[in-house]
Amino acid sequence: MMLYLQLFWEFFKTGLFAVGGGMATLPFLYSMGDKMGWFTQAQVADMVAVSESTPGPIGVNMATYVGYLTAGIPGSIIATLGLVTPSVIVILIVAMFLKSFRNNPYVERAFYGLRPASTALIAAAGLGVVRLTFFDWSTITSIGLDFSRIMEILKAIHWPAIILAAVLLVITRGIKKLSKVHPIVWIAASAVVGIVFRFAGA
Amino acid sequence: MKELLDLFLTFAKVGVMTFGGGYAMLPILQREVVDRKHWATQEELMDYYAIGQCTPGVIAVNTATFIGQKQRGVLGGILTTLGVVFPSLIIITIIAAFVSNFADLAIVKNAFAGIRVCVCVLIFNAVLKLWKSAVKDVAAGIIFGVILILSLLTNLSPVWYVIAAAIAGIAIQSIKARRAMA
Repeated sequence: MMLYLQLFWEFFKTGLFAVGGGMATLPFLYSMGDKMGWFTQAQVADMVAVSESTPGPIGVNMATYVGYLTAGIPGSIIATLGLVTPSVIVILIVAMFLKSFRNNPYVERAFYGLRPASTALIAAAGLGVVRLTFFDWSTITSIGLDFSRIMEILKAIHWPAIILAAVLLVITRGIKKLSKVHPIVWIAASAVVGIVFRFAGA
Repeated sequence: MKELLDLFLTFAKVGVMTFGGGYAMLPILQREVVDRKHWATQEELMDYYAIGQCTPGVIAVNTATFIGQKQRGVLGGILTTLGVVFPSLIIITIIAAFVSNFADLAIVKNAFAGIRVCVCVLIFNAVLKLWKSAVKDVAAGIIFGVILILSLLTNLSPVWYVIAAAIAGIAIQSIKARRAMA
C-alpha cells in the first residue's frame, strides 16, 4: 500500500513540475530512479525507446512502463493516474477561468499572439522530427558547407524516406478525394513500407 | 450518458492513433474532434496547445481535458483524459510484461522509421491548416517567424515563448485598437 502511495506521489510531482510535454518528464524520471531505486538509468533509456515506438502520449507511456516495473498492473494504473491528476486539476481551473474571461479584450488580444506562437512551436517540433528522419544530422554538421564533399553529404540523406514523404505529400495534398482518407491509413501504410524496405536498416 | 461514452471512446481512439507524442496527436485531433465531432474549432485547438505548453503535464492530456470540459464540464474533462491514456495503459503493460526487447525488434524499428516519415508529412499538413487561421497579418507572421527560429536555435523552454507571445499580442492589438479609435 505504501509503495502505491509513493508511486502516486512521485508521479503526481512529475506531472505537476514537468512543463512542456512528455519529454519534459525525463529528468524527473532519472532522479526518481536514483532516489527511490525503482529502476536503473539503463531501464529509463529502454523506457524512452518503448514509449516512442508505441502509440499514445510519450509521458503517459513512460509512467505506465515505470509503474508496471515497480508494482505490476496496479502500479501502471496508479503511476499514470498520478501523472495526469495535476494536469486535469490545473486545466479544469484554467478552463473555468477562461470561460468567465472569454470576452475580456485582453484575453482576446493575448490569444492573437498565442496562436501564431503555438503554430510555430508545433512547426519547430515537426522540424526536429524531420531532421531525425531524413538526415544523418551529425555527418552533415561535421561536413558543413564543404561542396567538394558533396557525395558524403548526399549519402547522409535518407533517400527512401524522402521518396515516401514526397509520395505522401502528393497523395494527401494533391489528390482531392484522398485528402478525406483518415490519417491512420497513411500511418499504417508507411509502417508497411518501412518494414518492406527496411527503413531503419534493421 | 451516451455523450460521455462518446467522449471517452473518441479520445481512446485518438490515443491509439497517436504515434510520437502530443504533437503527432494534432492531425488526428483535427480529423476526429474538429472535422468529425465539431467539439472544437481550429482556433480553439491552437489555444489549447498554447496553454498546454505552459501548464504542467503532458500536452495530449491537457488538450483532452480542455475539450472534455468544454463539452460536459468536470466529468467530461476526466473522461476524455481517461480515454486518451487508456490505450497506453493496455499496450504498454502488455509490452512490459511479455516483450523484453520490444524496441530492439527489427520489425518494430523498420515500421517506426516508416511511421516517422508519415508523421512528418501529417504534422506539416496540420501546421499549414493552423497557419491559415493563426497568421492573418504581418504582425502575426513576425511572431510565428521569430518563435520558430528561436526555438530551432536555442534550448529555451516553450513557456517563455508563450508568455512573450501573449504580451506581444496584447501590445499589438491594443495599439491597433487605439489607432482605430483615433
